[in-house]
Amino acid sequence: MENLVLQALSGLASASSLFLVASGLTVIFGVSRIVNFAHGSFYMLGAYLAWTFVTTLPRGHLGFWGGVLAAALLVGLIGVVVEVLLLRRIYRAPELFQLLATFGVVLIVQDLALLTWGAQDLLGPRAPGLRGGTEIFGMRFPDYELFLIGVGPVVLGLLVLLFRYTRWGTLVRAATQDREMVGALGVNQRMLFTSVFFLGAFLAGLGGALQLPRESVNLHMDLAIIAEAFVVVVVGGLGSLTGAALAALLIGELHAFGILVLPKITLVLVFLVMAVVLVVRPHGLMGKATGPAHGGAGGAEPVIGPAPRPLVHLGIAALVAALVLPPFAGDYALSVLTEIAIFILFAASLHLIMGPGGMASFGHAAYFGLGAYGAALAAKWLAAPMELGLAIAPFAAGLFGLIFGWFCVRLSGVYSAMLTLAFAQIAWSVTFQWVEVTGGDNGILGVWPEPWAAPKLVYYYLTLALCLGATLLLRRIIHAPFGYALRAQRDSALRAEAIGIDAFRIRWLAFALAAVMAGIAGGLFAYAKGSVFPTFLGIPRSVDALLMVLLGGVQTLSGPIIGALAFTGLQEQLVRITDLWRLILGLVIVALVLFFPQGLAGAARARWEARRGDA
Amino acid sequence: MTAWVIGRRQILAGAGAVLAAPAIGRAQGDVIRIGEINSYTAQPAFLLPYRNAWTLAVEQVNAAGGVNGRRLETVFRDDAGRPEDAVRLAGELVNAEKVHLLSGGFLSHVGLAIADYANQNRRLYVASEPLTDALVWSRGNRYTFRLRASTYMQCAMLVEEAAKLPAKRWATVAPNYEYGQSAVRWFKELLGRARPDVTFVAEQFPALGRIDAGATVQALAAANPEAIFNVTFAADLTNFVRQGLTRGLFERRRVVSLLTGEPEYLDPLQDEAPENWIVTGYPWEQVNTPEHASFRDAYRRRWNDYPRLGSVVGYDTVMAIAAMLRKTNTTDTEAMVEGMKGLQFQSVFGPVEFRAIDHQSTMGAFVGRTVLRNGRGTMADWRYADGKNYLPPDDVVRALRPQS
Repeated sequence: MENLVLQALSGLASASSLFLVASGLTVIFGVSRIVNFAHGSFYMLGAYLAWTFVTTLPRGHLGFWGGVLAAALLVGLIGVVVEVLLLRRIYRAPELFQLLATFGVVLIVQDLALLTWGAQDLLGPRAPGLRGGTEIFGMRFPDYELFLIGVGPVVLGLLVLLFRYTRWGTLVRAATQDREMVGALGVNQRMLFTSVFFLGAFLAGLGGALQLPRESVNLHMDLAIIAEAFVVVVVGGLGSLTGAALAALLIGELHAFGILVLPKITLVLVFLVMAVVLVVRPHGLMGKATGPAHGGAGGAEPVIGPAPRPLVHLGIAALVAALVLPPFAGDYALSVLTEIAIFILFAASLHLIMGPGGMASFGHAAYFGLGAYGAALAAKWLAAPMELGLAIAPFAAGLFGLIFGWFCVRLSGVYSAMLTLAFAQIAWSVTFQWVEVTGGDNGILGVWPEPWAAPKLVYYYLTLALCLGATLLLRRIIHAPFGYALRAQRDSALRAEAIGIDAFRIRWLAFALAAVMAGIAGGLFAYAKGSVFPTFLGIPRSVDALLMVLLGGVQTLSGPIIGALAFTGLQEQLVRITDLWRLILGLVIVALVLFFPQGLAGAARARWEARRGDA
Repeated sequence: MTAWVIGRRQILAGAGAVLAAPAIGRAQGDVIRIGEINSYTAQPAFLLPYRNAWTLAVEQVNAAGGVNGRRLETVFRDDAGRPEDAVRLAGELVNAEKVHLLSGGFLSHVGLAIADYANQNRRLYVASEPLTDALVWSRGNRYTFRLRASTYMQCAMLVEEAAKLPAKRWATVAPNYEYGQSAVRWFKELLGRARPDVTFVAEQFPALGRIDAGATVQALAAANPEAIFNVTFAADLTNFVRQGLTRGLFERRRVVSLLTGEPEYLDPLQDEAPENWIVTGYPWEQVNTPEHASFRDAYRRRWNDYPRLGSVVGYDTVMAIAAMLRKTNTTDTEAMVEGMKGLQFQSVFGPVEFRAIDHQSTMGAFVGRTVLRNGRGTMADWRYADGKNYLPPDDVVRALRPQS
């Protein structure tokens, strides 16, 4: 019994830390609708800066608490810089495009932190006055954890007061409800957004700084916290502070007690919670259904017409080059081209649900990975030849696409995207944990092509044929009646239903189709690499796909192709040239975002249309 | 547009390689190229000292006239912790950079991916760091050799000490991935064999890098074990130790802990390093054998820093490769593989042999207990455990490793 009380207290302390980070994220999202990937970086910077201040300032209460506060304020200012220089310029860009920008910031901060603070983990001093422990039921409980348990509710209370009883708070709440209307009433939106961003970054920095007496400061803090912070925000209901508090409490306590029963549950617990909550409550615990996520009611996306003639010529030229030149390329160039072809299909499959479908997915790698695992498991357990493995891949992915998709497409916007992430993480944890069947994190080795396809050139042509065929099929589908229906339900679900389109079924089928296509790409990838690992289903791979689509431009058909080419090519080249590839890649992404807010293909189209004088 | 540009660039690169081929052919007489793949950006704490020592070793070999008159040259690549990228880079190193052999690997799954590539493409792969037993046993292959003492070996070293403790009730805590799982499995199996009277009363498997230390410590304390076997490392270890110290988990309990004596993991703990844990590690400031002293001095001169365990691994990987090349005097893969089998060389820790039976080196580790000295953790009462004494009998190894 005493043990359980202490376990509950431990859960409360974790919940409190989690809430601090999540509160900033939810405040930022509520007003600006930005999926701020860099929030984890703010958290990490808060911890590092606090370490620097606290270890330089004189010891004692002033040095410690002053250092923590200074770090949080400085992170708030860094947030302002990011907002003013970067995000402010792209609020009008398509939904989720800001995610690309904040991801660039993540990459930049990772390298800058390494350059500034070095590779070794840092240990901050303990908090003065809170070094020891207090006896509770005959067991010692750290004072600092008790302090943290208090901090969470205090911050929540202050935030609630701030939003309820100040003019600024009222404006923020109004902007959360309807930001166009607030602008129409003459409120300076720029100041409002900037100040909200300051508050959000400040809270993230504070969350990081307060971890100093508790945890080591290291370069993995940013990505370790970001997924969990998002889960808390979404489970709580986007933009809802009390919801975030409730969700943090739920996750903290489930975690503390879950490990007593199932120690290995830590891998997947938060995502299981999120999946259950979102299936039962599509807008989180405390969230409300919001209006249309983008562009106000009836704001249709641009119509996709047939490709203009120069583009067709360009496509044919690229195709000819892709067919004729490879025999003259070396083995390595061939394997890069193979990879690019695979990623083009992978990005194109995600584009089907993101562009014409109007749904986002943060977990598209699940289907890529399930395709790869389908092929690899068939090879391992059934000794299936490559041809059969490649045929199984789309079925495996498609089956799970049907199952997961049925739940995901009922939701909208970021909730739907986060549910796809939850399912992807559950699939990932199964491949990771089910060692007897999947080989766990050591993966499945020896998935090599049949002898006839083993030469790199043959495998390249095989990949090109399948990926190109599938990509062209996707293009055809978008122009077919099914594609029109898909776009109709995206632009106005209500009107689409009125003319007899079953929006749910259309979305569901599109989701499954995208999964099938990603499965083909995954199967090809498995045989290209010779081995399959849980990383194929991991969050970074999903993020890669998202970046490719956003970089190319969501609302053009050639976008994913160009995005995949640019991203894969850029990364492949940079990794070989420099150790600081993350910094440079991040800067390039930020620059591209600033100069091409419609994506690369979107920008090309805009120029083309401008020169032609009309659309 | 972009399609064509990239296509053209690849072609040009390809054409460049073709044009450059005669040059490489000429250069082959002078230079031996090693392709080194590691997770440099993902694991910098271990791999920066590793690369420093690697550079030092190559400089030393070349200053002494190279290997049989040929200079060593290294092409470094960063896999960012992704096995699929490591495979691509292995292809790049072999096909575009024309390296003669592959080396490196920190994470186990990355090591396995490169090993499988090496096997498929018949290239020599000298794995430096990945600890997984699978690399040389269940998934071992002809072309892969591993330098560092494996999970099994380090567990066996600790079990020897753990068996001497009076403790009967044990708990384990390990990161939830292959390394943590196999460490716990071996520890349970080997300790159970040495001491049939012990029982395991609790186990915790926090996710790697994301330990909820408070709850984990509390859960372990609730089971009230007499001793704890710890496998967590890096940030997880720091957080675990901090919570454990404040909550009194380690009082009146012995802790046996893998890798904790390595400077990479002990130094970040500063004056909060736990005392009296039985650990494997590397007391760099106390090992004064001539081989080690000269390595330490050279490293300090070159980098103005003290060596970490990663430095030893990087340095000895180069020295092992150089010794093999001296022995074979060719860069033909099959000859190099034969040369690696049974290769003996003088490592920083003493004589080491790459066993012909399973391609595992006999490099050992230091076993001792942790103490605080001058406000930082270090090891005391340590001894060097030679790896050759901590491997299973040959017939067991043959059963573990696919025989072809």
